[in-house]
Amino acid sequence: MKAKTKFGIGIGIILVSLSALAWMGARQSQTYYHTVAEISTLNAAALHQRIRVGGDVAAGSIQHLPGRVDFILKEEGKTLPVSYVGSDPLPDTFKDGAQCLIEGHAMPDGRFVAEQLQAKCASKYEAAPGGTESSQPASSSDRKS
Amino acid sequence: MDLFGSFALLLAFLCGLYAFGGGIAAIVTRRPLLIKSARHAGMAVCVLIWLGFGSLAYLFQTDNFSMAYVVEHSNRTLPAFFKFAAIWAGQQGSLLFWSFLLSIYVFSVLVTYRGKHPELMPYVGVVMVGVQLFFLTLNNFIASPFQILGSAAPSGALQWILRADGNGLNPLLQYPEMVIHPPILYSGYTGFTIPFAFALAALLGRYPGEKWIHLTRRWTMIAWGFQGVGILLGAHWAYAVLGWGGYWMWDPVENASLMPWLTGTAFLHSVMMQEKRGMMRVWNVWLVFTTFLLTIFGTFLTRSGVVNSVHAFAQSSIGPWFLSFIGLVLLVCFVSFWRNRDYLRSDNTLDSLVSRESSFLFNNLILLVACVAVISGTLFPVLSEWVRGTKISVGVPFFNTINLPIGLFLLFLTGVGPLLAWRKTSLASLRKNFGGPLLIGMVAGVVGMALGLRNFYVVVCLALSVFVTLTILLEFYRGARVIASRGNSNLLSGVAQLTMRNTRRYGGYVVHFGIVLIFIGISGTAFNQDKQADMPPGAQMQIGSYRLTHQTFDSTELPNYTSERATIAVDRGGKQIIMLYPEKRFYPSNQESGTMVAIYSTLKEDLYVVYAGHSPETQQPVIHAYLNPLVKWIWLGGAIVVLGTLLALVPNRQPMLALRAVQEPSRAAPALSPAPAPVQHYDGHD
Repeated sequence: MKAKTKFGIGIGIILVSLSALAWMGARQSQTYYHTVAEISTLNAAALHQRIRVGGDVAAGSIQHLPGRVDFILKEEGKTLPVSYVGSDPLPDTFKDGAQCLIEGHAMPDGRFVAEQLQAKCASKYEAAPGGTESSQPASSSDRKS
Repeated sequence: MDLFGSFALLLAFLCGLYAFGGGIAAIVTRRPLLIKSARHAGMAVCVLIWLGFGSLAYLFQTDNFSMAYVVEHSNRTLPAFFKFAAIWAGQQGSLLFWSFLLSIYVFSVLVTYRGKHPELMPYVGVVMVGVQLFFLTLNNFIASPFQILGSAAPSGALQWILRADGNGLNPLLQYPEMVIHPPILYSGYTGFTIPFAFALAALLGRYPGEKWIHLTRRWTMIAWGFQGVGILLGAHWAYAVLGWGGYWMWDPVENASLMPWLTGTAFLHSVMMQEKRGMMRVWNVWLVFTTFLLTIFGTFLTRSGVVNSVHAFAQSSIGPWFLSFIGLVLLVCFVSFWRNRDYLRSDNTLDSLVSRESSFLFNNLILLVACVAVISGTLFPVLSEWVRGTKISVGVPFFNTINLPIGLFLLFLTGVGPLLAWRKTSLASLRKNFGGPLLIGMVAGVVGMALGLRNFYVVVCLALSVFVTLTILLEFYRGARVIASRGNSNLLSGVAQLTMRNTRRYGGYVVHFGIVLIFIGISGTAFNQDKQADMPPGAQMQIGSYRLTHQTFDSTELPNYTSERATIAVDRGGKQIIMLYPEKRFYPSNQESGTMVAIYSTLKEDLYVVYAGHSPETQQPVIHAYLNPLVKWIWLGGAIVVLGTLLALVPNRQPMLALRAVQEPSRAAPALSPAPAPVQHYDGHD
């Protein structure tokens, strides 16, 4: 019985300290997901949060400026002006029409300042379901019909 | 050939249904002929899957651009090598590839144990084919790779289309590692099906004793080894291809591959408690269930688009299928556990906090906590949306804060665990076994601090690495000395003999040493630095002790892609070291570009140079250079882990019979270790 209590205490200490670490780590890095439409409706408190937004890069909107790259993110008809100020070079996949995921802070003036940017081509690994071609794949068993 | 392939898969599905139904009937009726026929049907399933896979490979090699899948992932100028890798570039092919690798395992199991263990194997066969049936359902009806391109003619009839050329393979995948990384990782994922099948079978059939653990040990090792190597190759691919200077970013796809590895590692350790002491039976069964479920869950995570990821494949309709399968497996596991739980009762209880058992217990606990942390971090957006209604994600700091201490604690256990005695370890033997290494390890930590190491984790990592390495060396040395003195041979051949007599134990030590090297490599991250600058030809950049000179810049057109390449001379202290050629490739077939990183790698550090395109302001080439210390140790450590795993798979070489009586006791209590509890007594298993 005594050994069991000792184990209980040992396990307890480990679990408690690790949960504390997890909580700290989560506090440090939590990022809120918002849609482009939601950004404009955020209250002042939300301006301090780290925010992640996804959308498509509006065609022709990419502007390379000294120290930053400006572009417009589009999602479901709503647009969001973005300034990318991160230190990492832009990925190869970042171009007009690309799906883009940005992380950073919303500014009071409505502009979004992104420190991180990930992008993937719409057709990166896999065509969207339904196919991107005009011709639809047909199952081979339908071939004779 | 496409008809051939899809018929082969359909036939495999039907055969699988028979093997499943027939197998259950065979278990109920116990008729030998039915058992045999179910087994043969199981083998036929495997062969048919191979035929299906072979025909897809053939379609790729022959540039059959009437196939939707081939068009999507290949083109004429793609080298044959990559035409093979293109098979698993997309979802349908990956799933078929999964079936293919699984069928290799299943076939090997069916052949290896044919006619043996008659009260266990029918159950194993049913479980294995059950898993195969799920994937065959996907291969046949949900995500068939054998779809032809077609369009509706004005009359309404379907015409099929033959394309002149395909869309080409994603440039990120046109890299030699991408040809071997997925097969190896998938071999890990699929391999865990085998221990799962045996565990469930033993439970269902109430198969006596711990025999199923002995039977599956090697299968688990193989799967575990593949999984680990697959993870490292993926990390290396990310490092060498994605061009962001790192190898691990806690991306959902990376996490998905890590989770089953963590529980698999826990399983490999905790089975020893069951073998030696008849403990942890319930735990082990659930560990192996969990590991298998995590392999399926990992695939679900990468395929369903539940979590955002750069690596993740596009969203697809396949998610619900995986979730249903996971639910079904969970239900089967739980019901069979509940009905047979008395079969899993423990023989022994824990005796002491300082014992081999407790070190395994803590090892398991910690690995499991790490796994839970990784899962919850990965699913944080999903969980937070359920609980609080807002989607919140956690990033790299979350994973690092929790996993760094866990990793270091594991490293500590790696050194301590193997030397603790079963049941209870005395203080005297602790001092004997650990006194020296611990002291030297601490000295190493202090020296590191004196030399300017300020990061707490790095210092601890250094001290622990020295400590663990010394305990491992000491183990080899003590054993080898006994053998050498008895056989009048030298120490080196003593080491070889020692290792071959208990490959599992000493192979395990080699694996542990490889892990130490990986930890050292990871600790180098604390000292990473990078620099980015516009560099017209002639410009120079200084990073660390290296000076980079941009000499020339050229662009060439090749059949498959066009390339822009910078030629950079690297010198240190006025001495020319190497020429680096960071490159950017543009693939016209799918309008994508890829980065070829140039790396000068030494044991001390990697000089990692990326040509990041032209600066939009100055129109000059941008060079981004990283200095990443110790990265090579990670790959080196990985190689040693593989070596150790292979060693542990080799059967023990038995000492000659006449010698055995003399040698057994000498191994049990080496001359150097007068510990009252013989430390190694229980170890010579298998």
